[in-house]
Amino acid sequence: MIRIISILTGLFFTVALLWSLALDSIQLSKDGLPHTAAHAFGEHKLKPLKLASDGAFGKFDKAQLQRGFAVYQNVCSACHSIKQVSYRSLTALGYNEVEVKAIAAAATINAKDPLTGEMKDRPGLPADKFPPVLYAGTGTPPDLSLITKARHGGAAYVYSLLTGYKDSQPAKLVEHFPDAKTPEGMFYNPYFANLNIAMTPPLTADGQVTYSDGTPATVDQMAKDVSAFLVWTAEPELEKRHQTGVWWLGFLLFVTVLAYMSYRNVWAEKKGH
Amino acid sequence: MSFPWAKEYKPSHPFMVWMDEKLPLPRLVYNAVGGGYEVPRNINYLWNFGFLAGLCLVIQIVTGVVLAMHFGGDTRVAFDSTEHIMRDVNWGWMLRYGHANGAAAFFAVIYMHIFRGFYYGSYKAPREMIWLLGVVIFLLMMATAFMGYVLPWGQMSYWAAQVITGLFSAIPLIGDPLKEWLLGGFAPDNATLNRFFSLHFLLPFVILGVVILHVWSLHIPGSSNPTGVEVKTESDTVPFYPYFVAKDGWTIGVFMIVYGMFVFFMPNALGHPDNYIPANPMQTPAHIVPEWYFWPFYAILRSFTQNFLIFDAKLLGVMAMFAAILVWFFLPWLDKSPVRSATYRPLYRKFFWVLVIDVLILGYLGGAPAEQPYVLISQLATMYYFLHFLVIVPIVSSIERPDPLPFSITEAVLGHDRAAASDAQG
Repeated sequence: MIRIISILTGLFFTVALLWSLALDSIQLSKDGLPHTAAHAFGEHKLKPLKLASDGAFGKFDKAQLQRGFAVYQNVCSACHSIKQVSYRSLTALGYNEVEVKAIAAAATINAKDPLTGEMKDRPGLPADKFPPVLYAGTGTPPDLSLITKARHGGAAYVYSLLTGYKDSQPAKLVEHFPDAKTPEGMFYNPYFANLNIAMTPPLTADGQVTYSDGTPATVDQMAKDVSAFLVWTAEPELEKRHQTGVWWLGFLLFVTVLAYMSYRNVWAEKKGH
Repeated sequence: MSFPWAKEYKPSHPFMVWMDEKLPLPRLVYNAVGGGYEVPRNINYLWNFGFLAGLCLVIQIVTGVVLAMHFGGDTRVAFDSTEHIMRDVNWGWMLRYGHANGAAAFFAVIYMHIFRGFYYGSYKAPREMIWLLGVVIFLLMMATAFMGYVLPWGQMSYWAAQVITGLFSAIPLIGDPLKEWLLGGFAPDNATLNRFFSLHFLLPFVILGVVILHVWSLHIPGSSNPTGVEVKTESDTVPFYPYFVAKDGWTIGVFMIVYGMFVFFMPNALGHPDNYIPANPMQTPAHIVPEWYFWPFYAILRSFTQNFLIFDAKLLGVMAMFAAILVWFFLPWLDKSPVRSATYRPLYRKFFWVLVIDVLILGYLGGAPAEQPYVLISQLATMYYFLHFLVIVPIVSSIERPDPLPFSITEAVLGHDRAAASDAQG
């Protein structure tokens, strides 16, 4: 009895699926496979980006993080916040406490005045987090604290996007997909999910940011540096994680070999395992 | 409940004698995972995944309890408190990555455990109850993992809650009120997050309880083995301690190495980037996908695209998704073959491997976008999934001619039983 019910149930699902399959196939033969401008013209391969933090032994390049921080401060921070990051954690970039205090103090933080209880503007302290950024234009520039973890491709995506703007769309794109034509006030960038991005090209000229360490501030260099910086804002624990992981693996390899030997020893007289 | 030759617990220290009279807990442990539990000597490495699953549960409970000390179960702070754990709590990143990847590890281990059961017929009499409890554990795990994924209140968290509770609205008549009752509102919000947090804390302990029943019911017939032939004599078994403590012990090391590679070197490889974007009810992600361990079931859900007879397409998908797991409950009675192990079932063995490939294909499709040609393929793969359990298994079990079974476990291991006698002495 149970097997008759079971076979009937199986046949019910099969017929229901065949029905879906048949109707979908008819639909598919009419429409063809989905074809969008992003499928056809999007850049699905990101530009390669090598960072010091890559790989199992990767560590941050502090000089690069400082340069990337300069790019963030001078360019990105006009529209994008990094509100998960505290000023105090900037010591990880190689700044000393005095420098961190100065960086924090340059920011204006809206906080409760401990004497009156009113909300008031005051200079930032190392204990503060980076403040929210009010953006006056249309759209909502995303917070960048976690951006390299929040996009497929991570830092390479940020780097590709920043250096991937094109002056004009391919003629064929506009011809085949008139809907994907770049609207007024937007910009064509094949690395962006739907090809047209609201963000004005942020890095436009060499020397846009002055680097204190003398590295030539080319657009490519600035894009790389800020991508490296955003890896740090997203994963400040990266170095410690890698170090702990190396210890973890080393210890466990040792213990596992010992455990394997004792297993061989215990079973030495028995067959059949 | 044990074999007559199993060693008895004999406390020697006066305190242990006293303890054994008042509360025989050491005796319980001795008979459960000590020298008192006789295990078939021929079980292979696929039998290690049960022990590893228990380890995963412990890892999840320990990391989870500490994470809960730092997490804020409120929509206004949930996302930021998760980042607080990652940045400001000492070793918080390790706890959270360990917990998130621990869930993935738990499912990977459980899938190996379940498919070992499919291959070796572990669900068959006299072990039906172990199997039934195992399916209950799996269902509880799915609910727990889903609710845990909602807690950080990222984009995928929010939309997963939306989609999964939305499934219930497909039920006729009571669907919409039921969905609202589950959510505590019309859409996922603070009430949802709060109850999910509460249940996510509770359910692992329910799982622990069912695990105890699972192990208890295991100890009545004893472990199955790759031949599927029941234990006959003393030479068929070895005591759990030291033999399987040693064997499980070193595989724990292997497991921890693989687990550590994820936690420390690619902690986000299995997760979706969208969950690092705070939840936004106004913006639907381009592709809503669950975590990888739900992909096969998600593909089954999405493969029903058209209304059929009186059934709405969505309702069919929901029924099929739940049925995909519920059929496992009936497996002991659908598979009538007296032979347990697929090693001696040439026809069933072939279909087993087709099922494995089918589930892997479903897994791939569940992670792919819901567009053609993925939908057509998942319709075919879903069809095979149900045909396998509901039609092929019952029919094969009646028509198949199994290969000859070995007389005993000892014979399977040593070739003949006389060698066994000398092996047992030596």
